[in-house]
Amino acid sequence: MRVLAAMSGGVDSAVAAARAVEAGHDVTGVHLALARNPQTYRTGARGCCTLEDSRDARRAADVIGIPFYVWDMADRFHEDVVDDFVAEYAAGRTPNPCLRCNEKIKFAAVLDRAVALGFDAVVTGHHARLGPDGLLRRSVDLAKDQSYVLAVLTREQLGRSIFPLGDSTKAEVRAEAARRDLAVADKPDSHDICFIADGDTRGFLAQRLGETPGDVVDALTGAVVGSHTGAYQYTVGQRRGLHLDRPAPDGRPRYVLSITPKTNTVMVGPAEALEVSQVRATRPVWTGCERPTGPVDCEVQLRAHGDVVPATVSLDADGLRAELRRPVRGVAAGQAIVAYRPDPAGDVVLGSATITG
Amino acid sequence: MAYLDHAATTPMLDEALEAYVATAREVGNASSLHAAGRRARRRVEESRERVAAVLGARPSEVIFTGGGTESDNLAVKGIFWARRAAHAERTRVVSSAVEHHAVLDAVDWLAGHEGAEVGWLPVDAAGRLDPERLRAELAAHGERVALVTAMWANNEVGTVQPVAELAAVAAEHGVPFHTDAIQAVGQVPVDFAASGVAALTVTGHKLGGPTGVGALLLARDVAATPLLHGGGQERDVRSGTLDTAGIVAFAVAVETAVKGQQEYAARVAALRDELVERVRQAVPEMIFNGDPADRLPGNAHFSFPGCEGDALLLLLDAQGIACSTGSACSAGVAQPSHVLLAMGADDDRARSSLRFTLGHTSTRADVDALIAALPAAVERARRAAALRTPR
Repeated sequence: MRVLAAMSGGVDSAVAAARAVEAGHDVTGVHLALARNPQTYRTGARGCCTLEDSRDARRAADVIGIPFYVWDMADRFHEDVVDDFVAEYAAGRTPNPCLRCNEKIKFAAVLDRAVALGFDAVVTGHHARLGPDGLLRRSVDLAKDQSYVLAVLTREQLGRSIFPLGDSTKAEVRAEAARRDLAVADKPDSHDICFIADGDTRGFLAQRLGETPGDVVDALTGAVVGSHTGAYQYTVGQRRGLHLDRPAPDGRPRYVLSITPKTNTVMVGPAEALEVSQVRATRPVWTGCERPTGPVDCEVQLRAHGDVVPATVSLDADGLRAELRRPVRGVAAGQAIVAYRPDPAGDVVLGSATITG
Repeated sequence: MAYLDHAATTPMLDEALEAYVATAREVGNASSLHAAGRRARRRVEESRERVAAVLGARPSEVIFTGGGTESDNLAVKGIFWARRAAHAERTRVVSSAVEHHAVLDAVDWLAGHEGAEVGWLPVDAAGRLDPERLRAELAAHGERVALVTAMWANNEVGTVQPVAELAAVAAEHGVPFHTDAIQAVGQVPVDFAASGVAALTVTGHKLGGPTGVGALLLARDVAATPLLHGGGQERDVRSGTLDTAGIVAFAVAVETAVKGQQEYAARVAALRDELVERVRQAVPEMIFNGDPADRLPGNAHFSFPGCEGDALLLLLDAQGIACSTGSACSAGVAQPSHVLLAMGADDDRARSSLRFTLGHTSTRADVDALIAALPAAVERARRAAALRTPR
């Protein structure tokens, strides 16, 4: 096949591209320029959008022996990922930009362009398994598994995707990179949000949304227990950084229970008030099974690297409803609920949807 | 592979490569006083004389440099500094909107760091400068102009400028005129003295010499403040141990290219005309950019409406065809060409452009390969570009 390898400049995508070549594909490497004003050098372990990353990707492509180009996706990325990220926070939700980037950029804008240019598929260094059966499964390396952020992809998108790393652990990938003389073999993993270079999400949002002072309210007593400079700065389940004026009457820690942009109010309460047993979600996508007509027993994951809970999922006119077998804390609107079918050969992604409450 | 990017760099001529290897085997620093040094110096000075002879300059006017970018920087900054030092009011630089970045960015740097003001000369739709615009510019600001710099021939669209006319206008006002002739030497007749320019940039690797060696021809009565300080090897204007082998090979290449220019231009222009005609037949909606008559013999530059040049480049590259979008990279991302924009093209047309440049190794088979691959590439690139519509 003629395939396009998305190369971030990191070790995973470099090894994925090399494996695609070895598998007999005709591979072309592409680095996505996503930042409008890229920094010259990486700072710490953040991001993948610096010129240094672009050069690392190019060097890896040269070593592998494939053509390499830079595609400017900065405008699309800003519209579909960054602006969406800000708007979601402003609406009191907690978005996952990696998931959004996969849905709108890597496996949409990039994939569409690749297909139009005559490529058959896109290769990425995601840690997830995608076999000939078309089913998306967790990576063998559960600590690095990225099936959660890929679960939003449709069957059509998965049908044009290749994830060569799903059967390997990160340690194996690094060792293989060293064996292949790829200089990125010991490059640190990237963390956090690539477009927030200093990792200060609050500051990033404050810059774009401005300061909007409001109240922090105790859900049990209804009393105003503190103030904030913008409800968007909080996420459900958050405990740190609340800066409450007075301790709760019961002396126990308080957590963010909900965010109401309309009244610019942040509700706080005790840990057990965070517990939910039912999750509602919208825009369901089914890739691991036919669209269910009745309740489905499965496992669900409610945030990246979050716990997995047994649940019964069903569809109704409003979207998806999941009854959790045991309560879960810190379920935030805007995150994805991903349904898995346990399987010894790697848990299978059945589908996903966006949590509304 | 069909190599259609000779304006980026062209294969070394056999005679230049042989001269390089033979000279590189010899030890000797041209500044040394012993026999080995004298031998190296003799090679350098013979090379200087050869370059001077074929380019209409005196040997003392040839300053060897590390290539085109250095020569352009030395001319633009060096002449600016020297002129301003002599006449404090001369802080204006006149340049054209279609210069190579080696000139453009040097001028910008002077504006940003040395307080220079800049008069940018516009071009017409074919990329041509109008000497009358320069005359008007100098009539208005002549007393304050440090130098004029305008290229001999454009590296992207291939338009050849009326350099002698422009230089004559500058001379009327006693302003030194520098020209970047990197794309011109060996392609069109270039005579330093006859052209009336004060400084001229030439580089090796565009005419069959090695990369990393070039020259600035600098008239004897024009002062330039050095960029590089050190041993003062080149007329005290340029320091650095002379690259004897590189200079020898450069001189051989310049001599060969200039002496063979007429025959070369006739052959390559005929092949280029055939390429243009066959591209027109294969993709009738293409736009042929640049001056149709006054252009470099090897240059063919097109816009393919509805396509992105970088998508076309990728597709043609996959078919073994090497060409260029001609646009510079800014922060790793291709920007629309400032040359096309200066010629009045809009962003989309500028981004839809592709440059094919023929050279001394080009054959009809290269053109055949391009024509075989181009229609399908254009079709695909069009489909990809259609996706850009925001959703």
